[in-house]
Amino acid sequence: MARTYNRIERIKGSIAQVKAEGVMLGELARIKLRDGRETLGEVISFDGDKVNLQVYSGTKGVSTGDQIRFLGRSMQVSYGESMLGRVFNGSGDPIDKGPQLMEEKVEIQGPSFNPAKRIVPKRFVKTNIPMIDMFNALVISQKIPIFSIPGEPYNELLARIASQTDADIIVLGGMGLKFDDYQYFRDYFTKTGAMEKTSMFIHLASDPVVECVLVPDMALAAAEQFAVNNKDVLVLLTDMTAFSDALKEISISMEMVPSNRGYPGSLYSDLAARYEKAVDIQSAGSITVIAVTTMPGDDVTHPVPDNTGYITEGQFYLHGGVIDPFGSLSRLKQQVMGKVTREDHGDLANAMIRLFADAKKARDRASMGFRLSGWDNKLLKYAGLFEEKMMSLEVNLDIDEQLNLGWELLAECFDKNETGLKNEWIDKYGKWK
Amino acid sequence: MVMKSEKARGTIVAAHGNLMTIRFEGVVRQNEVVYVKSAGLSLKGEVIEINGNEAKVQVFEPTKGVRYGDEVEFDSDLLTVELGPGLLKRVFDGLQNPLEDIAEQSGYFLPRGVYLDPLPRDAKWKWTPIAKVGDKVERAHFLGWVPEENIEHKIMVPFNFFGKGVVKKIADEGDYTIDDEIAQIEDEKGNVVPVKMIQRWPAKFALRFGERILPKEQLVTSMRVIDGPFPVAKGGTFCTPGPFGAGKTVLQHQVSKYAETQVVIVVACGERAGEVVEILREFPHLDDPQTGGKLIDRTCIICNTSSMPVAARESSVYMGVTIAEYYRQMGVDCLLLADSTSRWAQALREMSGRLEEIPGEEAFPAYLATRISELYERAGVLRLYDNKEGSLTIGGAVSPAGGNFEEPVTLSTLAVVGCFLGLSRQRSDARRYPAIDPLISWSKYIDRFAEYGSDEMKERVRRITVAQNMIFKSDEIGKKMSVVGEEGIAIEDLIVYLKGEFYDAVYLQQNAFDPVDTATDMERQSEQLDLVSKVLEKDFEFKDKEEARKYFLTLTDKVIQLNYLSKDVSIYDQKKDEILNMIEGA
Repeated sequence: MARTYNRIERIKGSIAQVKAEGVMLGELARIKLRDGRETLGEVISFDGDKVNLQVYSGTKGVSTGDQIRFLGRSMQVSYGESMLGRVFNGSGDPIDKGPQLMEEKVEIQGPSFNPAKRIVPKRFVKTNIPMIDMFNALVISQKIPIFSIPGEPYNELLARIASQTDADIIVLGGMGLKFDDYQYFRDYFTKTGAMEKTSMFIHLASDPVVECVLVPDMALAAAEQFAVNNKDVLVLLTDMTAFSDALKEISISMEMVPSNRGYPGSLYSDLAARYEKAVDIQSAGSITVIAVTTMPGDDVTHPVPDNTGYITEGQFYLHGGVIDPFGSLSRLKQQVMGKVTREDHGDLANAMIRLFADAKKARDRASMGFRLSGWDNKLLKYAGLFEEKMMSLEVNLDIDEQLNLGWELLAECFDKNETGLKNEWIDKYGKWK
Repeated sequence: MVMKSEKARGTIVAAHGNLMTIRFEGVVRQNEVVYVKSAGLSLKGEVIEINGNEAKVQVFEPTKGVRYGDEVEFDSDLLTVELGPGLLKRVFDGLQNPLEDIAEQSGYFLPRGVYLDPLPRDAKWKWTPIAKVGDKVERAHFLGWVPEENIEHKIMVPFNFFGKGVVKKIADEGDYTIDDEIAQIEDEKGNVVPVKMIQRWPAKFALRFGERILPKEQLVTSMRVIDGPFPVAKGGTFCTPGPFGAGKTVLQHQVSKYAETQVVIVVACGERAGEVVEILREFPHLDDPQTGGKLIDRTCIICNTSSMPVAARESSVYMGVTIAEYYRQMGVDCLLLADSTSRWAQALREMSGRLEEIPGEEAFPAYLATRISELYERAGVLRLYDNKEGSLTIGGAVSPAGGNFEEPVTLSTLAVVGCFLGLSRQRSDARRYPAIDPLISWSKYIDRFAEYGSDEMKERVRRITVAQNMIFKSDEIGKKMSVVGEEGIAIEDLIVYLKGEFYDAVYLQQNAFDPVDTATDMERQSEQLDLVSKVLEKDFEFKDKEEARKYFLTLTDKVIQLNYLSKDVSIYDQKKDEILNMIEGA
């Protein structure tokens, strides 16, 4: 089936054109460069015998006389237990000095899940981070981004989630990662033992742009195989803005008409196709997606966060090193709060947030030099404790401990009847002496 | 009848994404359906451009694996919708593939190139003839009916039957499948046409036989903010633009559940699959307050969610509209809800880009506005040949980029709809749900209802106008207060402000999660409006601002609590009297 050609007709952007026969859309080709390198390319279009290949490693240094061999198949990713603890690049090659995988392979960008087969998600995802579990609980099959700006500790947050969750498998997709961040993930996962159940697909900022676009597809295709085989998989994607920028770069170099700030008109569909892989499969496993979307200029109306917001089931805002309790929202939290988790969960979380909002106002009053009432002082004390014990990303407590902590904070700062909570809960769970 | 000419054939000469160039022999129609034969699969597509002996085709499915030289069969038919009994309760994709049947056959994932019959072939329907042998009929006249859930599903003379005809034969009462012949009609040329319960209609053409008349009757949605200041007419159109997280989907679900209509078509177009799952899993258990059946009985779902093929997303909206029009043709009131038309417009944009058309604003094609108006114009009230009326109301969600309404899809939609329900970030952030902003929304139907309606309706509109004026004044005063503080305004102004806030809190806002407040029928809405008017039209006197604030705070809380009470509860009247006394006594 393999067919080999020795003449490249045209090179532009990441596209190389060859004259070839019988190729199919999406077919892979292996390109042997004169300097000894090898790279993969994918057929993205053909017109007669003129075939356009998207070269994964970019066309830098590709010559007209390089050898091209069509492989008769499309892009695939390995799957299976042997992927765990391993690190791959966007083309699926190991970059951890380990051996090539000879496992079974599966095509990426597989068919989408039949909506009629989906079930209403109602399983709790544990992260042991109070700002998530307690106030915006995640549900299996949820897809949720962390909206942030460069410089915030979003990768640290992802790493903590990965280490503290009870998911069976973790798949990390890194796009446009700085080397330091990549090394951080590896070191942290190794240190915490999470690496044993983790598989990484990493595109570094210095890697070719086409591989960046492949990362989520590789990660999600591998995750899907685990999910079909009864594993609960947590997919972490960072940073989806780098992914979108890679799409932009490629589509502009292909002379496609841009729609908004240079992004292709298909940005929404491109993002949705990846996020919609999140699923809870009846009587099998699941995929839950937590992604990072950095907002250029902290602007949530920028096309990437904006389109993302329409696709995902809520969002977390990471500001000043903490998850902001006000803008953040998990749209599926009602499915588990107080149902799967302890019965007082929903009411307690609401009361605590409401008091924290009041406390913020008290703080404003304090900073403006107003005289503070006794109630204001109680609120200020509460705000301090809340930020220290609940909002810090360092906290690692399971949900029942978080709830108990919540009640302790309330008892420390307020009287029973000041919290607005049901007497039933106060009697049962309150920590007042 | 449509001319059935020889079907054309061709081969693929170029391909890019899902756009194929095909060299063909024979006669090819614009928008004709084609099947690309690739690697043992047969992928459906549609002709979108013809030039000499080359046609450009958009394929509705992923095209991985397509090769130069692959064969292509032309179908000679346009993209059609299969119409007949059995549409309700079903879930179709954008090409009318029944998703539940596909799941049964293929499991978790959507396979390529599988097209199953949209309507169940083996189901028997209890047929009752209406026409008799010898009757003179035209297309869309009723031949008989079968019961489908709560609808008298009329079987009509085929829509592609031209001229006048005579019924030659009609089946006796009994049980038939949709493939059984139930009548024969002789046309003007003497040809005898066999008729089945099933027929087809091209999705992109309006299905409309009868006289269009002005929509004058209100479509009750059970949501106060709509039925009050921004009502929708049966046969009218409305749109609900809003930023993400403002509650568009909850709003659409509410309307699809509680609107007083007979058939609801939900088109989930390019949105999350999870949202459809809620409908699929919830509606079979929810009671339809009007019929006593289940909500799913009156619902048909077209589901082409965001990860499903983009090209089929475009057709999904037309599928839905055509099915709705079909039911309207039986004299039924239908409601079509499309979520979201922005995703549909984006599908147009993606295809336009691939065709290298000159882009308009934000790269949308220049014909965007035309397509949008064509779509909404398919709504309307129709007087049928038997003088009965059917209606089709269309409501579209719009997802403007960045929540900014100054963008092509929102603007083009606003130009053609009769009612604008704008959701705003400010309202959803303030937890004022539904987040329909009373300061920006409008309805062109309200004046029409006042003009053609009963005295009661005229009074209702008057009261609402008073309330709406109050909201505008209240907003102005509120803005002033945020600058000069409460001390800076007169007590009279404060009272106006509080009245506006009161109307907002107890009437415009509605709690979708409260079992009673979630839907309010017209009788109760009138009662509530009555109470609100009493407050808004009363001249209150308070000794100071503090007293005014306290009074309205208590009153608002009491009325909200009343809203949560079922009228069947014994304390309802007592609580209401308390409130009335509180208003009288102030």
